[in-house]
Amino acid sequence: MKSISFAICIATAMYTNQVFGSEKGMPQLNPEFWIAQIFWLFIIFSTLYLVISKIFLPKITHTIENRKSRVVNNLEEAQKLKENAEKKLNEYNEIIQKTKKEAKKIIEDSKKKLDRDIEGKKQKFNDEIEKELKIAETEIKNLKKSSISNINNIAAEISAEVIKQIISTEVNKSNVSAIINDITKKEMEKHT
Amino acid sequence: MALNPMHQFEVYKIGPEINISGINLSFTNASLFMTISAVLILSLMFFGTKKKSLIPSKIELITEMSYSFVAKMINDTAGSSARSFFPFIFTLFMFVLFCNMVGMLPYSFTVTSHIIVTFILAAVVFLGVTVIGFVKHGIKYLELFVPKGVPIILLPLIVIIEIISYLSRPVSLSVRLFANMMAGHTMLKVFGGFVISLGLLGGWLPLGFSVALTGLEILVAFLQAYVFAILTCIYLNDALNLHH
Repeated sequence: MKSISFAICIATAMYTNQVFGSEKGMPQLNPEFWIAQIFWLFIIFSTLYLVISKIFLPKITHTIENRKSRVVNNLEEAQKLKENAEKKLNEYNEIIQKTKKEAKKIIEDSKKKLDRDIEGKKQKFNDEIEKELKIAETEIKNLKKSSISNINNIAAEISAEVIKQIISTEVNKSNVSAIINDITKKEMEKHT
Repeated sequence: MALNPMHQFEVYKIGPEINISGINLSFTNASLFMTISAVLILSLMFFGTKKKSLIPSKIELITEMSYSFVAKMINDTAGSSARSFFPFIFTLFMFVLFCNMVGMLPYSFTVTSHIIVTFILAAVVFLGVTVIGFVKHGIKYLELFVPKGVPIILLPLIVIIEIISYLSRPVSLSVRLFANMMAGHTMLKVFGGFVISLGLLGGWLPLGFSVALTGLEILVAFLQAYVFAILTCIYLNDALNLHH
C-alpha cells in the first residue's frame, strides 16, 4: 500500500514537473542546500543532544527514581505498620483469651466456694435441727413421764372422790394411788 | 505553482546568505523547522522537569512516558549494555518524532522528508555502530558476516549477502523515513488539490480522504520515528552483543 502510494507520488511529481516545468525534479535531489542542511542538522542535533543528555535526562531519571524510592518506602512503611497492627491485634487477642480464662476460673472458683458454703450451712442446719429434735424428744419424753404421774395423781384424786360419792366414806388416798399405779404400770407395759 | 505537490519540499534560504570559504551554509526553512522542533522538544523537557512533583502533571507525564518508552525499547532490543547510548537514541527518537509531527502542521516544512537529512542521521548511526562494534570486539566484529550453522559451500554467498545487507543499512534506514514522509505529504497535497479542482460538488470525497490521510500520516509520523529508533537499537545490539 505504502509502496504503491509512493510510486503514485513519484509519478505525480514527474508529471507535475513536466507540466509546470519550472522546478527541476524532486526538490530533495537538488544539492543546492545539502551542505547547509547537513551543517544546520549537525549544529541543531548536537545542541539538542548535549542539552538533553546533560540537563534534562538526569533530571527525569532523578524524578522517576525519587518517585520509585518514595513509593517503595511508603509500601515498606505500610507493610511495617500492618505487621505492627497484626502484632497488636494478636496481643489483644491473647489478653482477651487470658482474661476469659481467668474469668472462667474465678466463676468456677466462686461456684465451688458457694457450693461448699451452702453444703456447710446445710450441714449446720441439719445438725441444729437434729439437736433441736433431740431436745424436743427428751422434753416430750419427760412431759410424758411427768404427765403420767400427774394423771395418776389426778386419777387417784378423782377415784377417791368418786368412791367417796358412791360409798360416802373417806378412802385412804395412798391405797387408791397404789392401785392406780399398778394399773397404769400394767397398761404401760401393754403399750410398750 | 500551489498545485505542484512537490512544491512543499522546496528549500529556500531565510535571512542573509552565509558563505564560508565558498560553501553555502545559509539558514533555510528546513533549518528553521529543525530549530522549531528542537525548541519544542526542549520546552517539553523544560516544563516536564520543572516541578519534580510526586504525582506528575500532564506535561510531566508526557516527558516521563517518552523517557520510559525509549528506555524500555532499548532494554528490550539491545539489553542493559546499551544503557549508555540511551541519551543519543532518546534524542534521535524525539528529534525524528517532532520533525515528523511539526511537518503535519499546515504550511510547515517536513525536515525528515529530505533524503539528505535522514541519510545523515542514518549515516551517523551506521558509522557509530560500526565504530562501536570494532572498538568492542576488534577484528572479531567481522564474524557478524558469518552466521553460524551455514554449510561451507553456501558460506561465500551468504557472506556477500550479509555484507551487502550491512552496507545497505544506512540506505534502507534513511530511505524508509524519507520516502514515507514524502509520500504521505505528497498524497495529502494531491488530495488537497483535488478538493479545490473538483469544487463544491465533487470535492467532498477527496476532502474525506484528506482527513483520513491526515490521521494516517500522524500514525506514520509516530511509527517511522519509532522504527528509526528501534532499528538503531537493533543495529546497536548487533555491535554490542554480536550474537547472530
